[in-house]
Amino acid sequence: MNKKVKRIIYYILPFAAALVSAVLYFAIPESGKQKQMNAPYYMCFLLAAIIILAVALVAGIFAKDFGKKLQGKLPFYAGLILFIAVLNTIFSKTKLLPVLYFPSIDRITGLLWEQKVFLLKNLIFSLGLLSQGFILGLLTGFFSGLALGYNRRVGYWLNPVTKFLGPVPTTAWIPLALSVFPTTHGANVFLIAFAVWFPVTLMTASGIQSVSKVFFEVSETLGAGTYYKVFHLAVPASLPQIFLGLFYGIISSFATLMAVEMNGNSQGIGWYINWQKSVMLYDGVYAGLIIIAVLCSFVLTMLFKVRDKIMVWQKGVIRW
Amino acid sequence: MVEVGNIQINNVNKNFDEVHVLNNFSLNIEPGSFVSLIGPSGCGKSTLLRIIGGLEKQYEGSVFLDGERITKAGSDRGFAFQGSNLFPWLTVQGNVAFGLKARKIYKERKNDVADIIKLVGLQGFENSFPHQISGGMQQRASLARALVGHPKVLLLDEPLGALDAFTRMNLQDEILRIKNENNMTMLMVTHDVDEAIYMSDKVVVMSARPSRVEAVIDIKLPHPRVRVQDTFALYRNKILEILNFGGQLHEAEYNI
Repeated sequence: MNKKVKRIIYYILPFAAALVSAVLYFAIPESGKQKQMNAPYYMCFLLAAIIILAVALVAGIFAKDFGKKLQGKLPFYAGLILFIAVLNTIFSKTKLLPVLYFPSIDRITGLLWEQKVFLLKNLIFSLGLLSQGFILGLLTGFFSGLALGYNRRVGYWLNPVTKFLGPVPTTAWIPLALSVFPTTHGANVFLIAFAVWFPVTLMTASGIQSVSKVFFEVSETLGAGTYYKVFHLAVPASLPQIFLGLFYGIISSFATLMAVEMNGNSQGIGWYINWQKSVMLYDGVYAGLIIIAVLCSFVLTMLFKVRDKIMVWQKGVIRW
Repeated sequence: MVEVGNIQINNVNKNFDEVHVLNNFSLNIEPGSFVSLIGPSGCGKSTLLRIIGGLEKQYEGSVFLDGERITKAGSDRGFAFQGSNLFPWLTVQGNVAFGLKARKIYKERKNDVADIIKLVGLQGFENSFPHQISGGMQQRASLARALVGHPKVLLLDEPLGALDAFTRMNLQDEILRIKNENNMTMLMVTHDVDEAIYMSDKVVVMSARPSRVEAVIDIKLPHPRVRVQDTFALYRNKILEILNFGGQLHEAEYNI
């Protein structure tokens, strides 16, 4: 096939998919079981997405690299749009599935829109908790990993402790943390920090221990002292592993976040999901899940962006 | 000018567990000379070099640099390792500047970095990472890194072993040029008899384990040397005979 024809087809695909979605939405009558919303929110969201895509495509004409990357993603976007259309058709046009667990796309998108301020508040709360715990866990994990990996005596005393306490699932610490800390917030921050601390410590220590011995000898013959060897040799050499530890840490911090938001307070996306579940409002559960998924993927994308920036010399241990 | 770079090795004994590697090893290396250590594999050439470099601290006997006893590694002795061992997270510039920065004298000696990079012929590659340049260039960068702090002595542990023949000859000339320009002492471990003859003022032939000095051969050829000289072969035969490889030549002749 001609390259130009192929490109035109690529460009048309998502718009065609959107058109199909609209036809399915308006042409097939509702089953009548789903709660009806005040507006066709699903279609509004789809329209917004299509407009954003169109703007991005126009921008891609000028920013060639971006345009090329976007072009490769177009079939996927088209597929996603069609997939959602099929889901919505099954959920709201047929009576195949229980309405309680499978809300229409209209209801999910409608909820996202109508409760946006409330959801945003919860999101900000979750982000606050997450970042406090994350930063604490990162710092303690980095320095304890450094001490463990570099100093044999520290390793002798701390290694067994790390290996014994670290693998315990964070959620198992919840009862203890709640009774030890004066505030629930403090306990929650601690638990998230703990979830980050373990993988960061482990990976930092193992990263430093696996630095080639010759590198240390080279730096000694160049007149480097201990401080310089630690921060200008051991740390940069083990950055790939440290980032891997961070990656695992972030993932387990999300899991912990969801769990600790049950503790006493009534704020945060994790709490929201559980609350919606307990009152049997599954459109809220889906909305919360979407927000969490977007948040996780955004945070991890940022992590990998930072990694690629710092480690131009080393690419792709894990691709994101 | 007082000549610097005198290495004195007195009665050094070194054991690795039960293995006796160096046996009352003594050697005096004159300032400004190029000395090669050659000998059967496992005879402790590299160990001796590491002792002088201060990387090997458990041994009997003593080693002095200009009358001062060597106890640990230091920037007065440059060390070129087998393989370039450049730090992969630093550019050529960053690798070369590493020692100066570690010693907090980078600001005053900033120009030295550019000078040495030019000296080893790497200008234009300052901002390349090690994986972006060829093996020969990596070895040049590694040499530059060892030389930038103006060590009194450069210790070379088979630095060219991993390179192809042409790059190797090229770098041999380069190292000799650097030595003459800076009037420094160089001590090199090598397996290559030709390389030892081509580069050295003295070739120290070591015996098998536990090793001591088997012979010291003065290479009385004028610099710059010519690789195709007949006298070269005489030195080579002499060294190979000492190493007990002389006899095998006859067998080889029958095969031809």
